[in-house]
Amino acid sequence: MALTPEEILAALEAVKDPEIPTVSVVDLGLIYAVRVEGEAVEVDFAPTFVGCPALVAMEREIVERVQALGVRSVRVRRIYRPPWTPDRMNERARAALRELGIAPPPAAPVEGAPQAALPLAPEPAALELVPCPFCGSTQTRMENLFGPTSCRALFYCQACQQPFEAFKPV
Amino acid sequence: MANPSRKSEAREALPDPLREALGAFLTALADDEVLLGHRDSEWVGHAPILEADIAMASIAQDEIGHAVLWYTLLQELGWPDPDRMAYFRDPPEFRNATLVELPRGDWAFTVVRQFLFDYAEKVRLEALMASAYPPLAEAATKVRREETYHLMHSRAWVLRLGDATEESHRRMQAALDLAWPHALGLFEPLPQQALLVEAGVKPPEAELQSRWEAEVRPVLEAATLRVPTGAPVYGGRVGRHTAHLSDLLADFQKVARSGLGETW
Repeated sequence: MALTPEEILAALEAVKDPEIPTVSVVDLGLIYAVRVEGEAVEVDFAPTFVGCPALVAMEREIVERVQALGVRSVRVRRIYRPPWTPDRMNERARAALRELGIAPPPAAPVEGAPQAALPLAPEPAALELVPCPFCGSTQTRMENLFGPTSCRALFYCQACQQPFEAFKPV
Repeated sequence: MANPSRKSEAREALPDPLREALGAFLTALADDEVLLGHRDSEWVGHAPILEADIAMASIAQDEIGHAVLWYTLLQELGWPDPDRMAYFRDPPEFRNATLVELPRGDWAFTVVRQFLFDYAEKVRLEALMASAYPPLAEAATKVRREETYHLMHSRAWVLRLGDATEESHRRMQAALDLAWPHALGLFEPLPQQALLVEAGVKPPEAELQSRWEAEVRPVLEAATLRVPTGAPVYGGRVGRHTAHLSDLLADFQKVARSGLGETW
């Protein structure tokens, strides 16, 4: 029985980021492509940050979930270009992040644009208007570029006086 | 640092001398990052403020992650796996610039070294994004974006401490005097450079160095620091290191070499 890429993608909804356990790798936009060739499946997987220690765990779980569908040969390819950008995260992921008190990254304004239009690097200005995930105010300030994981920075909301984390644009 | 074994598709297409040259280059890139990552990690629990502590932990993790990426590209060319490269080579086999093996020093030295290194990495990655070797160009595209945060951080610290107090200025200047000649060593050309340039893998180191100087000099001047005039410290790229590398490796490789088979 041949599986479709859609069926595999549906199974991968169960693979969560271990550091953000309510958000799936599919909703985060980390799965670029699924290819089925005969008995073999290949999954293209993009890291948010290359040094993220959760990558290996996520890749292992991707393999296990696809194997559980009866596939023998599963290969996960790490993709660096096009790089993962916040616009790949869907609204479900953004809502789940807010729920955890993590401000989602601003969606890149270049959604759907060709890769050439992607700026070389995230604009530092993107860190200046991060709405508070608790009260929605933009009266926030960045306290530290670095946080508990590579992909998160520390912020403070001056309106509701809550510290919070924000997913970094990258 | 475990990596799944990778198929060596990339190496098939390359003639042997170019493959060797590319391997030497990737080794230098990876060795720089893994050792600086280790030095950065020495601040965990010791940095002057909690935010700086978290930053150093995160930067260390990034640098080591980038090292694993370069070592993995190397593995695809037929070299041993990343763990073997990092933990089971001796000092003369390392191709890092001496800058990254120097002891962590004080906070000023840490800031200055990181600043000089981050900008060197910036100009290098921007050049490598156009590399004729696609795996390198793809990886550089990704890593360059992450570096944005290191650049913002180390630049801000240089500007903050350069002219904050007499003491901070004195320490920053001393740090720059020590680090600068070793930082020039980041641009020591590999013996195989001509081959790499000819194949379009990378531009000559001299070109990268002048782009780097154009970026770092204005920031150092704004921080009221004087750029030293001294000869570069070369040797790292051919395996001639300071005694500090042996000390670093004794610590860094201790667990892996204990023979007890520890794994993460």
